[in-house]
Amino acid sequence: MNYYAIKAIYKAEMARTWRTLLQSIISPIISTSLYFIVFGSAIGSRIDEIDGIPYGSFIVPGLLMLSLLTQSISNASFGIFFPKFSGTIYEVLSAPVSAREIILGYVGASTSKSLLVGIIILATAGIFVPLQIAHPIAMLFFLLMTCITFSLLGFIVGIWADNFEKLQLIPSLVITPLVFLGGSFYSISMLPPFWQTVTLFNPVVYLISGFRWSFYGVSDVNVAISIAMILFFLSLALLIVWQIFKTGYQLRK
Amino acid sequence: MLPIITIKNINKIYASGFIALKDINLDINRGEIIALLGPNGAGKTTLISIICGIVNSSSGTVLVDGFDTQKQYRETREKIGLVPQELTSDAFSTVWNTVSFSRGLFGKKPNPAIIEKILRDLSLWDKKDNMMMTLSGGMKRRVLIAKALSHEPEILFLDEPTAGVDVELRKDMWEVINKLRASGVTIILTTHYIEEAEEIADRIGVINNGEIILIEEKATLIKKLGKKCITLQLEKSLKSIPVALKHYQLDLSSDGQYLSYTFNNSSDTIQKSDLLQKSNAIQSNEHSSIATLIDDLNNNNIGFNDIDTKQSSLEEIFVQLVKDNEKELSRPLQQNIQKDTPQVKS
Repeated sequence: MNYYAIKAIYKAEMARTWRTLLQSIISPIISTSLYFIVFGSAIGSRIDEIDGIPYGSFIVPGLLMLSLLTQSISNASFGIFFPKFSGTIYEVLSAPVSAREIILGYVGASTSKSLLVGIIILATAGIFVPLQIAHPIAMLFFLLMTCITFSLLGFIVGIWADNFEKLQLIPSLVITPLVFLGGSFYSISMLPPFWQTVTLFNPVVYLISGFRWSFYGVSDVNVAISIAMILFFLSLALLIVWQIFKTGYQLRK
Repeated sequence: MLPIITIKNINKIYASGFIALKDINLDINRGEIIALLGPNGAGKTTLISIICGIVNSSSGTVLVDGFDTQKQYRETREKIGLVPQELTSDAFSTVWNTVSFSRGLFGKKPNPAIIEKILRDLSLWDKKDNMMMTLSGGMKRRVLIAKALSHEPEILFLDEPTAGVDVELRKDMWEVINKLRASGVTIILTTHYIEEAEEIADRIGVINNGEIILIEEKATLIKKLGKKCITLQLEKSLKSIPVALKHYQLDLSSDGQYLSYTFNNSSDTIQKSDLLQKSNAIQSNEHSSIATLIDDLNNNNIGFNDIDTKQSSLEEIFVQLVKDNEKELSRPLQQNIQKDTPQVKS
């Protein structure tokens, strides 16, 4: 294992985070705080409790998930896309590093950044609404698995994208709608039966539901299914990344 | 001594069907500087990229110090440093950080003393804290060399190392390359500047249309394939070349004052197969033909005051080789066109 290479990639990626502190850390915190102010305090104060949880607190796991998903994807996709775009990828491709080491470096750094953002947002949420974490280990499990899985997805997007437009396509046109329609701001039991069934095809539902269970002990779907789903997404992402390196898709001509 | 790089039957066909390399075979010796010359799109960068692992070959093998570049990529890649053609760099990183990053990437323990030495050798020490985007093109090129050397490679690939670099800096680079060779590093460079190959290379390879059309020691190549021209300043001007001297194919200047004799006539088409055989014959006859010419001039009462000699440069040889290769390649095409053209009966 080339540990020095993993460390070099990880350090270089983290250095980018500190250089772009405003965009990487401050921006997601401000936008999430605005959600808490508007939906949690202003509008939320006029909405009844959902499943016995005050509305402001109810939306915390969903908002956290929204940030984790978009941050993980954009961090990892930009991390690998930019060297491709600027041409510096030649160095990684000509170095004695395996696919596993490249992924550990890039995805590891992206996961770290997302975790950091997640923890800061959680702390920020605590300022606006009362928080409780019923199952802290499960919460950490969902937090970590989501960051890793969606950083892997971001890595795939970064390799697939050959321009900046494609880079933004998945986070803005796929992930954000899925999160909004996946029960971030409501319980899917509030939907008519038909739409409840349709919503079950949204993979994000399982993530938000499981995550919410770890906070408040209530969920839309069985927590075991949520755990199985996140593990399934992780395996799928790993399989795709493995195929990318095996075939050299968009990396080695 | 075993070659440090052995390239066997390498072919590269891109998905579009474009054939970039055709059956390349080449041995590169330890410690030499080999220059690969060729026009744009000849396949030089593709060949380098295959050896370095950036591009996958369609078939064939490359061994680096006995290790297969596909199966034993860790062993081969840690021996190689690559300076790419494009000035690519992380614009926001400092010189020190970007060079240190490269060392780590190639699996080497951090060693500030080595990074410092490399930066000092390349006159980059005073720029170590500068961001890459603030550097000039020449300085960026030096940083790319520093990055390639950061893991102390045994082999260095320089893809157009002095492209866009001013003359002074280019000569500095040549000095750096010579120092590296002195330290035992094998250097493979591609260049458009034939003067560069002439100045620093031990061997010259010419690639055209994905094929190596010639590989030869530089001195031997110039000696074998170069044209020589002697120009005689005549005592008395001539109106025409005497019939007895016609077979020399001499050139008489318009004022009749100068008579030129060119060896290895460039109008001969140089075929890849018989190139060396032909040039050997020309070389062995070189001295006797000059002596015979001078005897014949004396016999025809043509005296001369001065002799000027000129040998063709590597550039002229290169241009001739590429031109001949293009002719050779277009010949079957022309024949096919002629064959396919319907005959019109009158």
